[in-house]
Amino acid sequence: MNGGRGSPDRTPSPRADACVIGSGPAGALVAHRLASRGYNVVVLEAGPRFDPDSRTDRMERAIRPGDARSVWDGGGERDAFSSSGERFYPLNAARVKGVGGSTLHWQGMVMRLHESDFRRASRGEGDADWPVDYDDLRPYYVAAEEALGVAGSDDNPFGPPREEPFPLPPFPPSHSDSLFAPACERLGIAMHSVPNARNSEAYDGRSACVGYGTCQPVCPSGAKYSADVHVRKAEREGARMIDRAPVGRLATGRGGDRVEAAVYATPDGTEHRQEARQFVVACGGVETPRLLLLSENDDHPDGLANGSGLVGRYFMDHLFAGVFGTLDRPTRQNHVGFLTSETHQFYDAPGRAVEGPDGVAVPASDADLAPFKLEFFNYAGPSPVDLALSADEWGDDLLASLRDAYGNHVGVGGLVAQRPRRENRVTLDPSRTDDHGNPVPDIQWSLDARARRTIERANAVQRAILAEMGAEIGGAVGPTDTGPAFHHMGTTRMGTDPDESVVNPRLRTHEVANLTVASSSVFVTGGAMNPTLTIAALALKAADHVAADL
Amino acid sequence: MELTRRDALAALAGAGILGSGGAAALARERADADGPGRSESGQPNQSRSEQPDLPSTAAVVETLVAVAGVVYPSAVDGVREFVETFARRRLEADPEHRRGAREAVADLDAHVVISFDAERFRDLDPELREEALSLVGTRTAEPARDGTAAERVRYYLVNDLLFALYSSPTGGRLVGIENPQGHSGGIESYRRGPDG
Ligand SMILES: Cc1cc2nc3c(=O)[nH]c(=O)nc-3n(C[C@H](O)[C@H](O)[C@H](O)COP(=O)(O)OP(=O)(O)OC[C@H]3O[C@@H](n4cnc5c(N)ncnc54)[C@H](O)[C@@H]3O)c2cc1C
Ligand code: SF4
Repeated sequence: MNGGRGSPDRTPSPRADACVIGSGPAGALVAHRLASRGYNVVVLEAGPRFDPDSRTDRMERAIRPGDARSVWDGGGERDAFSSSGERFYPLNAARVKGVGGSTLHWQGMVMRLHESDFRRASRGEGDADWPVDYDDLRPYYVAAEEALGVAGSDDNPFGPPREEPFPLPPFPPSHSDSLFAPACERLGIAMHSVPNARNSEAYDGRSACVGYGTCQPVCPSGAKYSADVHVRKAEREGARMIDRAPVGRLATGRGGDRVEAAVYATPDGTEHRQEARQFVVACGGVETPRLLLLSENDDHPDGLANGSGLVGRYFMDHLFAGVFGTLDRPTRQNHVGFLTSETHQFYDAPGRAVEGPDGVAVPASDADLAPFKLEFFNYAGPSPVDLALSADEWGDDLLASLRDAYGNHVGVGGLVAQRPRRENRVTLDPSRTDDHGNPVPDIQWSLDARARRTIERANAVQRAILAEMGAEIGGAVGPTDTGPAFHHMGTTRMGTDPDESVVNPRLRTHEVANLTVASSSVFVTGGAMNPTLTIAALALKAADHVAADL
Repeated sequence: MELTRRDALAALAGAGILGSGGAAALARERADADGPGRSESGQPNQSRSEQPDLPSTAAVVETLVAVAGVVYPSAVDGVREFVETFARRRLEADPEHRRGAREAVADLDAHVVISFDAERFRDLDPELREEALSLVGTRTAEPARDGTAAERVRYYLVNDLLFALYSSPTGGRLVGIENPQGHSGGIESYRRGPDG
């Protein structure tokens, strides 16, 4: 067992049915599903296995300024990257390397894509539909919700159809939500609950949420789902997990139509080859295309499975939009670190008007707009402990300032969809290498006019809501200062035509017969829904197809 | 507002001291007496022989109590017991943190010797302590574990105290949040209104 102490055995397994690369939710779920069906599975993970007991210490790192170590030990040469596009892309804020992947840090909002998301081209909104639709994914969504332990309620009038109850009851609305509710009602905006991958009661051997309020970047109690859960389950089913084992390339056999081995390095600098019958790349939306590009060889001169030239292209993220303000009453923010209410009302009708008792607050628009959703914050404004730790006063003065600063903030955030664009892409930067001498990823990211216009639209609705509440508007995150929501998508898109896509609807690369991709990199379009439930659903689907071929 | 044992325990839980592994530290803390030179790690005088010139754990705790007199608001009572409880256990449980705190106290005391007629910060008259902390530059220093003397005094002494207070229910309540970030105060408080 490689429990993190001593020097674990990191040599390859002699006989593996499947080699899974990456142990975020995608890799962990594939590994667990295959292992529980009796296959011999090896997982190779670039980052370390974190001791669950270290989480409170990591929480302190997150809250307290002055500790140079990042919460999940990221950064440095291992994680070097370039960002040469129009907009800087803060990659290392957007991922975690380690057993459990980026879900160690994530927020844990999990929703299904809407039916419209699979059909953007047919709706005149994009260059391609998904080659699968909502009904194809639906059973996998159910399984994914059960795996992650989703707390939710079927109260979303705009969501896709669902008959299945959520595995856990929803988190009831916050006091803060109750301040929004009358204003939203007057404006005809329906609020509904947020599905959370977070235990509203004990589930799957993990405790109920206890309210640390630091979900992002770390949940000390383990109530928030993170994928180390499924790595442990996979190990109990016999899978082998090798941590600190970054794969530098996939080596193909003669003819180039099958992967023979994943070539990985261990901390002592040794290079190993893990052979297997099937390979599943689950390295996230940036490292997945990078690994394929790094695996170029004579048979695949532009990178593995890249005959289409699309590996790395159509990189997308969701864009944040928000408006913040203050009320003349206590709003009780920052008790917990998650959201309890949002609205999908504008998702399929982004141009709809908002009308209130005083007339039209936001006029209807027939401009070309992207889907967006709105989130009612439970953590608007400063957290007192954060403020105290960086204040330059103390004693009674500090307390007076804290009382002044905390207590009456409100905020409405939201996510805006970004259309897939060829020029947004992940390439290799040959001028820079990581700690193993491999070229680092270069993320070229920009926003088009439609995204900017939609952010403005979202801001207008957000302002209308705050104004209707009587809030004094403080600030906004609009098109100029928007940033990514850390949902990397689109870099090995799925399709039926090998010239127009990298993987087929079975998530298998068109060109390499035993190579599967489990990641948001296969998303054709990204919608504006947090992606991980869909990643999980696709991972379970991928595992079924791999199992069928084993 | 009275700081209670519960607040101290909350502060410890927030600092990861009362997780598994914390229990052993608690047991040792009970056995640990105040006198300088006593074992602080449960192993015979190990850390002391490594760094014989640094202030003892007890001295760090006394200094923290003195610093709390400056940085805590006058509205809180029970400061000594609160600080003793959380600080001693924390220093006991985390050797790296203990070393940083001892060095910070040594640095602070060294400044005091230069500028005041006293050997140690905690011996200063309470009125002079605020001046001493300001003179070191602590008030405006960025906290840093591995920084300058002022930055480390800010990190290990001032911010240790502020973190413990404002992530505890009583400290939070002073500001209007009974379940502050870092405290596992359950999932009812976020639903309650200000009068609930
Ligand atoms: C701050 C933040 C908040 C978020 N909030 C939400 C949210 O509320 N809802 C939501 O749906 N999503 C959210 N996300 C996104 C979510 O975390 C990701 O969608 C999800 O983790 C992706 O899963 P994955 O398994 O594809 O990749 P990851 O979780 O990123 O895991 C990939 C793993 O592969 C490993 N790896 C990479 N390259 C190699 C290699 N060459 N060899 C071996 N291993 C490798 C990495 O070390 C990593 O552990 C958030 C992300 C962040 C950063
Ligand atoms: S609020 Fe709940 S989910 Fe978030 S960190 Fe605390 S215990 Fe974990």
